[in-house]
Amino acid sequence: MSKKDTELKPKPAPESGKGFSRRGFLGTSTAAGAVGSGLMEQTAEAAQGAGGKGITLAGETEITLNINGQPRKVTVEPRTTLLDALRDRMEVTGAKRVCDRGTCGACSVIVNGKVSYGCTMLAIDAQGKRIQTIEGFGNHPVINAFVQHDGLQCGYCTPGMVVAAKALLDRNPRPSSQEILEGMGGNLCRCGTYVGIKQAVAEAAKELRGGRNA
Amino acid sequence: MPNYSWPPMEQRRVMGKRLARLDGAAKASGKAKYNSDVRPAGTIHGAILHCPHAHCRVRSIDTSAAKALSGVTSVRVAAEPGKEIMWPNAEIAFVAARTEEIAREALRLIKVDYEVLPHLVREENLAAAGSRAKPAGEVVTGDPDAALRSADVVHEGEYGIPVITHCCLEPHGSTVQWSGNKVEFWPSTQAISNVGGDLAKGIELAAGNVHAHMDYVGGGFGSKFQADLWGIQAAHMSKESGGKPVKLYLDRAAELTIAGIRPSVYGKIRLGAKRDGTLVAWDSLTWMTGGMAGGGLNADLLPYVFRNVPNRRVNHTAVATNTGAQRAWRAPNHPQVSFVTCAALDDLAAKLNMDPLDFFKKNANLTVREAVYVSQLDKAADMIEWKKRYHSRGDKTAGSMKRGLGLAVGTWQGGGHASQCRTNIHPDGSVEVELGSQDIGTGTRTIITQVAAESLGLPMNAIKLNIGDNGLPPSGASGGSTTVGGVASSSRIATLNALEKLFEAVAPSLGAPADQLEAVDGKIQVKGNPAKSLTWKAACAKLGVKTISENGANDQRNPRGLNAAGVGGVHMADVSVDVETGVVTVNKVVAVQDCGLIINPKLAEGQVFGGVIMGICAALMEERVMDEATGRCLNQDMEFYKLAGIGDIGDIQVHMDITPDHDKRGVVGLGEPATIPTIAAIANACTNAIGVRVPTLPLTPRNVLNALAGRRMA
Repeated sequence: MSKKDTELKPKPAPESGKGFSRRGFLGTSTAAGAVGSGLMEQTAEAAQGAGGKGITLAGETEITLNINGQPRKVTVEPRTTLLDALRDRMEVTGAKRVCDRGTCGACSVIVNGKVSYGCTMLAIDAQGKRIQTIEGFGNHPVINAFVQHDGLQCGYCTPGMVVAAKALLDRNPRPSSQEILEGMGGNLCRCGTYVGIKQAVAEAAKELRGGRNA
Repeated sequence: MPNYSWPPMEQRRVMGKRLARLDGAAKASGKAKYNSDVRPAGTIHGAILHCPHAHCRVRSIDTSAAKALSGVTSVRVAAEPGKEIMWPNAEIAFVAARTEEIAREALRLIKVDYEVLPHLVREENLAAAGSRAKPAGEVVTGDPDAALRSADVVHEGEYGIPVITHCCLEPHGSTVQWSGNKVEFWPSTQAISNVGGDLAKGIELAAGNVHAHMDYVGGGFGSKFQADLWGIQAAHMSKESGGKPVKLYLDRAAELTIAGIRPSVYGKIRLGAKRDGTLVAWDSLTWMTGGMAGGGLNADLLPYVFRNVPNRRVNHTAVATNTGAQRAWRAPNHPQVSFVTCAALDDLAAKLNMDPLDFFKKNANLTVREAVYVSQLDKAADMIEWKKRYHSRGDKTAGSMKRGLGLAVGTWQGGGHASQCRTNIHPDGSVEVELGSQDIGTGTRTIITQVAAESLGLPMNAIKLNIGDNGLPPSGASGGSTTVGGVASSSRIATLNALEKLFEAVAPSLGAPADQLEAVDGKIQVKGNPAKSLTWKAACAKLGVKTISENGANDQRNPRGLNAAGVGGVHMADVSVDVETGVVTVNKVVAVQDCGLIINPKLAEGQVFGGVIMGICAALMEERVMDEATGRCLNQDMEFYKLAGIGDIGDIQVHMDITPDHDKRGVVGLGEPATIPTIAAIANACTNAIGVRVPTLPLTPRNVLNALAGRRMA
């Protein structure tokens, strides 16, 4: 096995059920990236060998995604992320593309009940899963809480923040201050709206529990 | 002529209220369409090939394979053979294709041969800059050498604050459709009235042929005033692609390297004082880089705020580096000189064995607003319990966690920009307020509507505000904290001009002269006689078929007392430092912000919270890291270009003096002043905690541990 082949060998996936590990994630994604670009070059060479012109390198295919309870057909490439499928191919633009590398949370969506970064999931891997975007939230109290407590300025991180807040309150209706910081810790804001966000999440939790004093 | 003065504080019904921002629900529900969300029918996608070298010349470029790729509609070379490239990630070629995936694939097929040239990408070592260093000349007041010789205490120190980036969450870019001689332009901008003309110039069309529209922008912070090469190339690619709209936004690596940075400032500073703490002399050699243009620093900014020190020498050197160009960054140069100055003053106070609070107050007479700073220092000290909790330099308590307090000052102008506004009152009672402004997240929509509603005696929802389009009366770019003063004044004037016309139309029906009418609570009534009134709707019906359409402008030479400039501010910080790990934790920041008339306290406080948080980011973690060996930026992603998260900010308290005295100044912008002193306050608190100065920011564990070990800055 050549050195290159050794490098390309995918690292074992993190054990399931142990929660999200950033280090484990980075290890696997780097390996996956190397494999992906290697394959791309091979395909490109094959395409050029075959005359090149007119051949779509990766190919598009129609898949069905379950978005906010509705089956939606969309044509994607294997490399299309869930985020880009939503934004560029389905006009679902609440989730934003900011870091595009699983750091900032602006692309947050809820997949099978768990808050997830849309930029780090391929659209084809999202098939058969329940994808909830902010467009499916209706008049969720979290939205109004962000408005009333001014948990936003330019607003570009805000949909991701709202998704993270809802996901937090779905799994923990009575979060402590520290749990709010942890639950919202996967999302970054540049304008500096965290003071309002802390208040908004705490107030939304009260509201969801049935009134301010509940 | 109407009396344009603001109504007295106690009579205001809408202005001064803590109203939630009007576009909050649209933004928080994801329904707000930013221009990076907009995809007009037929939209295709652009992508940019960036240069991998810091300094090179293009020998050859072959785009044939990219052009041949199915789905590619336009390939444009931005750097022809022979062109010298001056910084990494500079634009080499542009591609438009049916999908973004295809456009990116096409970039991979472009073959470029580069002749790599020597580069300089780091500036902290001035001696290594050679011919790239350009001294700006010396500015001297008094006799600094003699004053330093006769001073009782002299301190000499080195300080550095690195380049940081804007890191707008919505990247720079636009969608452009060039069809025939008309261009539709959807940019992400802070300057909707000007950016269309800027694009027109770049593509050699008359300004009127470019229509620019934007409802929301995902952050700008001073970096989004132009159409940029990206807008220009997108326009050309649209034309070459049969007039299809081309969507072209920077990826994050480009956003962090070529879309604007805040220049660094490094400095060697000597300063002296009398035994009683009177500052007598300042002598500084500063240098910085803002890219190949070097980086200029107004000598008047040093020493910052304490500008009237009797003896001073200021030398500044611009260092040209092969890095992306600087752009205005929230309060250009002020946070850096606030750090350099307030850190040096804090170190001098320590050498004098003086509490820096006393030292800053003692020398407040060297500022142009002594009384303001003294009262702000006292207020902030109360808020953070300075007198009770301050200890001299170095927390002597046992254990690895050390705690300390620090303070710093800032100043800004913030007078209103040139702004024009049109107010329409229709016979059906509907009202439109129109101006070519933009809401960059500061709440501009909301405050304009509050001003119009107040002026017309109507509720907020009776006003329809139109902004974000270059077909509207032109209003200034949102920069320099000039927007609130400009748009509040122009909308006040336009709205009262329109109301005057309405008074004239209804005066006969009410049997009183027009100048004896007033608009209150949705009615037009005779002043002081509510019995003689018409509802707003009935009054407007008197217009028959004629809509009132009146203009108003903020004249910067004569703002009529509606807006003003010039504020001070004091921040104090309480931090904990783990001297074993070097981790700095912000416990608390208090911000005392000078202000004028506040239209919406909730939004105004939001600006200060945001400014403090941006300061926390820059104090603790932000730094563009360039690698001298490769010439590349090592952290052009948000994993390693770090911003503070919600758990990093501690407790932030804001105090604004909303008083009749301040109110009568008129409106003063405060987006920028609010971010200036935070960095230096945190840096001084860190020094107070650990007993030594961390000379180079940010306060990362590496820099803190180096300072504790007595290692000099890199």
